[in-house]
Amino acid sequence: MSTQSVVKASWMDKFGGRGKLIQILIIAILILGVLPMVADIFRLNLYGKYLTYAFVAAGLVLCWGYGGILSLGQGIFFGLGGYGMAMFLKLEASSPENTAIQSTPGIPDFMDWNQITELPWFWEPFHSFPLTILLILTVPAFFAFVIGYAMFKRRVGGVYFAIITQAIASIMTILIIGQQGYTGGINGITDLRTLMGWSIQTDFAQYVLYFACGIALILCLLVGQYILNSRYGQLLIAMRDQEDRVRFSGYDVANIKIFVFVAASVFSAIGGAFFTLQVGFMSPSFVGTVASIEMVIFCAVGGRLSLIGAAYGAFLVNLAKSSLSESFPQLWVVAMGALFIAVVMLFPRGLAGLVSDYATPVRDRLLGLFNRKPPAPKADAPKPESARLQKRDGVSIGSAQETH
Amino acid sequence: MSSPILLAVEDLTVSFDGFKAVDGLSLYLERNEVRVVIGPNGAGKTTLLDLICGKTRATGGSIKFKDLELTKMAEHQIVHKGVGRKFQTPSIYENLTVAQNLELSYPEGRTVMGSLFFRRTPAIQKRVQEIAEEIYLDEDLDKSAGLLSHGQKQWLEIGMLLIQDPELLMLDEPVAGMSVVERERTAALLRKISNNRSVLVIEHDMDFVKDIAHKVTVLHQGKLLAEGKMEDVQKNERVIEVYLGH
Ligand SMILES: Nc1ncnc2c1ncn2[C@@H]1O[C@H](COP(=O)(O)OP(=O)(O)OP(=O)(O)O)[C@@H](O)[C@H]1O
Ligand SMILES: [Mg+2]
Repeated sequence: MSTQSVVKASWMDKFGGRGKLIQILIIAILILGVLPMVADIFRLNLYGKYLTYAFVAAGLVLCWGYGGILSLGQGIFFGLGGYGMAMFLKLEASSPENTAIQSTPGIPDFMDWNQITELPWFWEPFHSFPLTILLILTVPAFFAFVIGYAMFKRRVGGVYFAIITQAIASIMTILIIGQQGYTGGINGITDLRTLMGWSIQTDFAQYVLYFACGIALILCLLVGQYILNSRYGQLLIAMRDQEDRVRFSGYDVANIKIFVFVAASVFSAIGGAFFTLQVGFMSPSFVGTVASIEMVIFCAVGGRLSLIGAAYGAFLVNLAKSSLSESFPQLWVVAMGALFIAVVMLFPRGLAGLVSDYATPVRDRLLGLFNRKPPAPKADAPKPESARLQKRDGVSIGSAQETH
Repeated sequence: MSSPILLAVEDLTVSFDGFKAVDGLSLYLERNEVRVVIGPNGAGKTTLLDLICGKTRATGGSIKFKDLELTKMAEHQIVHKGVGRKFQTPSIYENLTVAQNLELSYPEGRTVMGSLFFRRTPAIQKRVQEIAEEIYLDEDLDKSAGLLSHGQKQWLEIGMLLIQDPELLMLDEPVAGMSVVERERTAALLRKISNNRSVLVIEHDMDFVKDIAHKVTVLHQGKLLAEGKMEDVQKNERVIEVYLGH
């Protein structure tokens, strides 16, 4: 009987079924409809900045939540994406006319201050916007591939991997700060004004960028949902639980890990690029160890087994951060640490887990009130599908996860 | 069919910091043979399987499977060549359903791209169903594998190997922790699946061994102690002394 029912799987199942798509629709309405209506452009721009971290958190759900690979260095990729965009915008802002007063006109101001007289070779490709987009996606992917290949082929994992990624994030900040003439140093790359001649500082531009960021996030969530619901997604769960069984079923486990790490890095890089566009600068403080750990907290709070939960987590923690840190800057660090400990100890599935434990039963009961005959559709719903849906809600995964 | 020998282990040695868990062992397994490896705890039985499937690398000697030297091959490639291995403690994906466990073991979509764009064809579903029937789990296809009984988990892992149709199937203590009824069903299962493949089983349960073994190999301290038919091995004084006696 189960063989029969699996055949007529609909296209929705490729993304986790109707329930998951409705949740994505809701988040799309919130981001693209509700927020722009209730917030003025100043606040909306801030919200857009928070959303850029949702890309990172969603990547961490794939890599950490499902793949079991904790990266404490997602800031590396956020930074690579963000710096890529910043380099393009900076070159545009440094046209010979704009920089006529420099000793070498036509190069970014910070290079001139550092007695650099020629644009470094690795800045050249960032004259072209299509090339910039390509590099924003491929450079982080390549970087992640190299790190992943070096680690996973040697079977380095777990805590060691986490520490190494953290170290790389730290090295990267040191490099950026040290190579002031090439990178803008600790101040980062600032004074970004136009994108292909179009000012990114006007209210209208900020609306456009916010919507672009929101749409890109929804697309990333859909891609993530697809990945999780493919055979590959099941492999991630299988690998997290029984790595040897996967290996001795004929899979090259290292490749599976490399891919998920690369995917997570590309998500982060897209987030980083939108960060630069909306905030108007990029600096090493968004790359380093603290930033990278914060990203893991966003994901953990939202729920590391839920892409959608992680997106909410990133948004809400950042919202809390900016309101708290304005009034009590010292307190925030402590609050963040406490939040992380509380989530890990008490709610390992984060907000998404709380919602599926408490809100979903209430919703079902409400639906039951409206729906006079709820058992009927349940009964002929394909069984494996319902089993899979339940999984994706994180119920069974999460409960088993706690015992590991 | 070329040679009747499917697996030739010759002078195999592995040393863990000087301790030889397997020591100069030779063993030949024919096609369609059911061989049981017995021996006291720590004799090196599991280590032998680890060496064959590539989990542990040999310090010396060779393992030839058909014409392939396995000692240098990557684990997943050894699987692709037709060697399946069940672990001593049941290793299944507890967070997935029985059907998903079997399907993930189906030998297709084993690359990243292949698994991302894998399509569940009717042929695959049919195969999952068939295997589930063989391992007595066709009623439980949609059950989360973590909810199965211990014996059922052992069967599921055997099923996950069967669906790959390996030429050599290696089972590490398949009936450990099973009830008498479950043991009998497992023996029946093994007889059925050994029709067209070689099976290498490690087992402590002597009744079960008698039930299924064509030939028995006795290991002791990493070395071969005796080999032959169960009746003969049982009479061997050395074997009685180190293993069967207690
Ligand atoms: N990776 C390893 N490093 C060090 N020693 C090991 C390793 N693997 C196995 N050993 C040792 O090798 C010996 C043989 O172990 P093995 O697991 O092969 O025994 P076994 O015959 O399967 O026993 P049992 O019947 O208890 O399962 C044991 O003394 C064990 O401690
Ligand atoms: Mg053993």
